[in-house]
Amino acid sequence: MADAVADTRRLYTKPQNLSDAYGPPSNFLEIDVGNPETVGVGRGRFTTYEIRLKTNLPIFKLKESCVRRRYSDFEWLRGELERESKVVVPPLPGKALFRQLPFRGDDGIFDDSFIEERRQGLEQFLNKVAGHPLAQNERCLHMFLQDESVDKNYTPSKVRQA
Amino acid sequence: MSFFGFGQSADIDIVLSDGETRKKAEHKTEDGKKDKYFLFYDGETVSGKVNVTLKNPGKRLEHYGIKIEFVGQIELYYDRGNHHEFVSLVKDLARPGELSSSQSFDFEFAHVEKPYESYTGQNVKLRYFLRATISRRLNDITKEMDIVVHTLCTFPELNSSIKMEVGIEDCLHIEFEYNKSKYHLKDVIVGKIYFLLVRIKIKHMEIDIIKRETTGTGPSVYHENDTIAKYEIMDGAPVRGESIPIRLFLAGYELTPTMKDVNKKFSVRYYLNLVLIDEEERRYFKQQEITLWRKGDIVRRSMSQQAAIASQRFEGSNSTNALAQTKEASS
Repeated sequence: MADAVADTRRLYTKPQNLSDAYGPPSNFLEIDVGNPETVGVGRGRFTTYEIRLKTNLPIFKLKESCVRRRYSDFEWLRGELERESKVVVPPLPGKALFRQLPFRGDDGIFDDSFIEERRQGLEQFLNKVAGHPLAQNERCLHMFLQDESVDKNYTPSKVRQA
Repeated sequence: MSFFGFGQSADIDIVLSDGETRKKAEHKTEDGKKDKYFLFYDGETVSGKVNVTLKNPGKRLEHYGIKIEFVGQIELYYDRGNHHEFVSLVKDLARPGELSSSQSFDFEFAHVEKPYESYTGQNVKLRYFLRATISRRLNDITKEMDIVVHTLCTFPELNSSIKMEVGIEDCLHIEFEYNKSKYHLKDVIVGKIYFLLVRIKIKHMEIDIIKRETTGTGPSVYHENDTIAKYEIMDGAPVRGESIPIRLFLAGYELTPTMKDVNKKFSVRYYLNLVLIDEEERRYFKQQEITLWRKGDIVRRSMSQQAAIASQRFEGSNSTNALAQTKEASS
């Protein structure tokens, strides 16, 4: 028969391995979107952004990668993830169609402040998406982040670890 | 008839014979207020007096009978017209006739069965009450007195701990343990969360107590979930091998015992919801049902005796051993 004072002692736990406690955590994933560069001439110009990835997650084939992508590639990625996975995909920074109209006072979509705003939005988008356990299973995400170029005619599939 | 100043009317008052000594318990009313009512247990006798006070002295009160009822009923809020009475006892106090002066009537409902606990919820109410009625030609005079019933249990014979390994493959594996599966209303949930694999960026972890009230049967079942408590147990990012303790005192929360299929009309169940939130506000959770029960009050030992018992527990406990081990490992 128990008495009035409850037994609130902690349950037994085995002590943590000190290399686990003080070693690098296994959830390291850093994505930086930077170095915007406008390529091409006249009306065919577009801006690409450098995507640097550093990680120790085993699901990523390369522990470090660096690729260049443009805004329409991000739009493609978002569409693929919405269709293929059950993830609620966060929104991208705006498409800014109004900036592409002629007779503007500034540089339109090649304006420095606009590119910087877009860069930040793209970085936030990628960090949200790449850290999602379900999105990490999608082939399109890995192709976007680590392959040299995006093959829009790829076969959608899931990445399975051995 | 009470208008035009003609005729006679009366006030009814129900007084319990042990009203001075009987304990009262707080119970929530439908609009959320807390009131105190006399507390009864299953099998106890309900007895007292019905005092009928005539409003106009000198005039007689004609009636078709005076009675008192003890009623236990379930009211579903969406079906107010139909009360489901599971206990209904009647005692006639007076045959049809006249009252020439105020009078008092004794009543006793001996060893009344009160099988369920009083409950006021979001969609259903279970209540017990005494109702005295003076039947008249046009309108009856009634008075109701609610009482509160608690159902007590003894310590369960079998009270296994809950221990499970859950996770998302290759992303997050945890083992959680709660020391019991059945807790009484003033108990403490003691447990731990052990991290086996952490490949996501966790920001914090909390444990919620969720109450689920289920009303209706078959196709018209309705569940109402209510988060009674949210208790943060970890702030920051854990790594593999880390163990987070849980110590959650239930006495501070408004809880009722678990009620399963009361009179086939409703259920009230409780769940512990373990929630992990990552850096991007994504939530990972695991829900586990627990059983809550009401313990009878026991005679309390003196404070010094209780303190002596508690201090004995901490001598030679596991916590001191763990400290010794880490000292050895780091030296």
